Amino acid sequence: MSAPLPQPLSGTPAAPVALRAEGLGKAYGPITVLSDVTLDIVAGEVHAIIGENGAGKSTLMKLLSAHVRPSAGQLHVAGNPVDFADAVAAEAAGIVLVHQEILLASDLTVAENLYLGREIGGWRGVDDRRMNARTAEVLASIGAHCHPRDRVADLPLAQRQLVQIARALLDDRKVVIFDEPTAVLANDEVAALLDVVRGLRDRGVAVLYISHRLDEVQALADRVTVLRDGQMIGTWRGHDLSQRQMAELMVGRELDMLYPPKRSPATVAPMLEIEGLEVDHGAVRASLTLRSGEVLGIGGMIGSGRTELFEGLIGLRPAHATRITLAGQEIAQRSVQGWMAAGLVYLTEDRKGKGLLLNEPLAPNLTLQALDSVHPGLATSNRAEMALLERMVAEYDIRVRALSLQAGQLSGGNQQKLLLAKVMLTDPQVVIIDEPTRGIDIGNKSQIYEFIDRLVRAGKAVIVVSSELPELVGLSDRVLVMRMGRIVAELTGSQITEQNVVYAATSGQGETAAQDTTGGGDPYDRDHTRDT
Amino acid sequence: MTATTLATPEPARRIRWADMGPFLALALVILIGTAINSNFVSGTNIANVVTRSAFIAIIAVGATFVISSGCLDLSVGSMMAFVTGIMILTMNRLEPSMGANAILVGAGVGLIVGALCGLLNGLIVTVGKIEPFIATLGTMGIFRALITWMSDGGSIPIARSLREPYRPVYFGNVFGIPLPVIITLVVVLVAAFVLYRTKFGRRCTAAGSNADVARFSGVSVPKVRTMAYVIQGLCVAIAAICYIPRLGAATPTTGALWELQVITAVVIGGTLLRGGKARVWGTVAGALILEVIANLMVLSNMVSEYLVAAVQGVIIILAMLAHRFIK
Repeated sequence: MSAPLPQPLSGTPAAPVALRAEGLGKAYGPITVLSDVTLDIVAGEVHAIIGENGAGKSTLMKLLSAHVRPSAGQLHVAGNPVDFADAVAAEAAGIVLVHQEILLASDLTVAENLYLGREIGGWRGVDDRRMNARTAEVLASIGAHCHPRDRVADLPLAQRQLVQIARALLDDRKVVIFDEPTAVLANDEVAALLDVVRGLRDRGVAVLYISHRLDEVQALADRVTVLRDGQMIGTWRGHDLSQRQMAELMVGRELDMLYPPKRSPATVAPMLEIEGLEVDHGAVRASLTLRSGEVLGIGGMIGSGRTELFEGLIGLRPAHATRITLAGQEIAQRSVQGWMAAGLVYLTEDRKGKGLLLNEPLAPNLTLQALDSVHPGLATSNRAEMALLERMVAEYDIRVRALSLQAGQLSGGNQQKLLLAKVMLTDPQVVIIDEPTRGIDIGNKSQIYEFIDRLVRAGKAVIVVSSELPELVGLSDRVLVMRMGRIVAELTGSQITEQNVVYAATSGQGETAAQDTTGGGDPYDRDHTRDT
Repeated sequence: MTATTLATPEPARRIRWADMGPFLALALVILIGTAINSNFVSGTNIANVVTRSAFIAIIAVGATFVISSGCLDLSVGSMMAFVTGIMILTMNRLEPSMGANAILVGAGVGLIVGALCGLLNGLIVTVGKIEPFIATLGTMGIFRALITWMSDGGSIPIARSLREPYRPVYFGNVFGIPLPVIITLVVVLVAAFVLYRTKFGRRCTAAGSNADVARFSGVSVPKVRTMAYVIQGLCVAIAAICYIPRLGAATPTTGALWELQVITAVVIGGTLLRGGKARVWGTVAGALILEVIANLMVLSNMVSEYLVAAVQGVIIILAMLAHRFIK
């Protein structure tokens, strides 16, 4: 048992309320996705909204920013009832939503993006000088290190996120709503973003903050509102709740241990051995060993070359290596197909962009990778596919309303389980999972952890690449930390702590030897972007 | 009943109007035709229309593969002329020694040349990594210039003695069904099987739907797309085989602007131009719609037949608008 829960707040706050929602609800036809939410968002405070996926957080955000019109309830701005026609009207009133997805025109400059659709200028043309100057101010105010004339496509992901925030902050805002702003950021970038949020709060802006990362919520939030299944559970003072209590409120029950107990891997012959793997714009002389029955964690900042290392390994990026063996056999043919046949698969971190065909039904998605083994003959069989889908939906606990849905209609957690089921159909011995739980809720997370645990207990070998430190520490039997394309540290046993991972990832301490100062310089100093 | 963890049953299968669109449009055009002109529904006219649409339909079936894999082929009209020219030259060369058998050999050569032309397009796009639009714009010019050069700007007629034995391929019928219609049906049935029921078909639409997902799933996107272009080339050759007996010659204007009709047929048939969704039967309906409209304009005197292309242009825009609003 954890400590008893404190009482939720009630009554109207004494401080000035920037935005008030009263009995807000939304129904689509007969389906109610959110009902009876009453909130006071106070100027100069950070108000966090937490809840599992599907709890109604996004709907609430869209209602508050007028992207969606409510079917019940009333909004008040500074005490006056308002009824915004659309998001533009809400923005005019000083309420802005910073979207989770990065919505920028990547071939335009930072300043052009900030002023897209509201350019300054008259009949003589646009006034780039004024726009660039104002852009530079806004960028400086949130600590972004890019230049107004930088092309967005050339910026790393974290900087693009800041550009997106800068765009929202171009005009003075009373209420800024962040929808999971840190979902794609690594830890040092998260820290910088939290400073941006604090800066806004200190300027008297009311900040609404949605995140899956409860440590951020605890570090930031003055108030925390919990949603569950479209219902508002209550609002608490941020410092009254522990992370564990937040999680329990979200789930509605006491949490079992989130991470499965560690195994004690036997010292068996290595399953996978990589020697001197070089990936263009990615990894430098990476060597690692993986044994059956262990989870090898790969830590490091985003942009440290983790994803590139494994995309290179599997043949999705130009790469070469001194020697790679799987189960003692040297692997020469390094393509996704070749690795699949040899028993190694890679699950991408980008499940929407590279993992699933969002506009296709579930069955073709499930069988795309293992087509040859699912359909040994010339023709495909719909009946066999549906039977297989039914089996995998049960086995992986994929929650679907109907088997005829498209992959894009599933929640993030269920998409991730479908992706897992898809690669597991190829019956691999080694599974590399890049960001296994990005952007998915706690219930699904613990299921995926259990699943990884089952895999290694069954004698498979698993590599987990993760930016979430608790996950990395909680899951891994051994951790390798990458920095600027190199594997700089190996942590085992009690060395595996969040502090040690962060220290190695940021300082590069633990580097085995300074043998490599030649070799064409650091291929990673120019190009930190990984999705261009 | 199989055991299942699903709490809710599958929703009843609804009619998807967006998928029915091309067929409803075809029915509508036929109804209008019947109302305007009683000659339209006569057996001979219907047979005539369907036969004439066979060329575009067959080529468009090939284009359905290319487009659903996420590519485009602008060269089909020129390729058609080029293949026709090669076939006639081959047949004429072999006719003195082989007689009517020269037709069979010529057809075989046509299929090979068609497949090679498709392979060329495919390799430029996949190995050369050139945008399909640009790559096939280039080969379109090349094929068109080659047929003009081969015919010396005039025409390449087929040898007189081959006309009679070759005639039935376009003008003949089996149980009253014109032979080109039967050939089209066979092509469509095979194509539908390949696209909907084989692993290649699945990979083809996956590559068009999201090439990255396909790549990460171990699908060789270049291989799949090259294959789609080869299929396109084969379809062009099949259309050429049916086409030669109709006019008996290849000229620099053979197949001119057919690429536009082909793409129009594919798109009004419901295949997505950006790839990922293939509708073979819709493509056939699209080809029929184009031909029926042209036929109606010739039969009735309401609109000048010189405006056929304009009306077809309006149709493609209307089809796209309808698609958007149904969604």
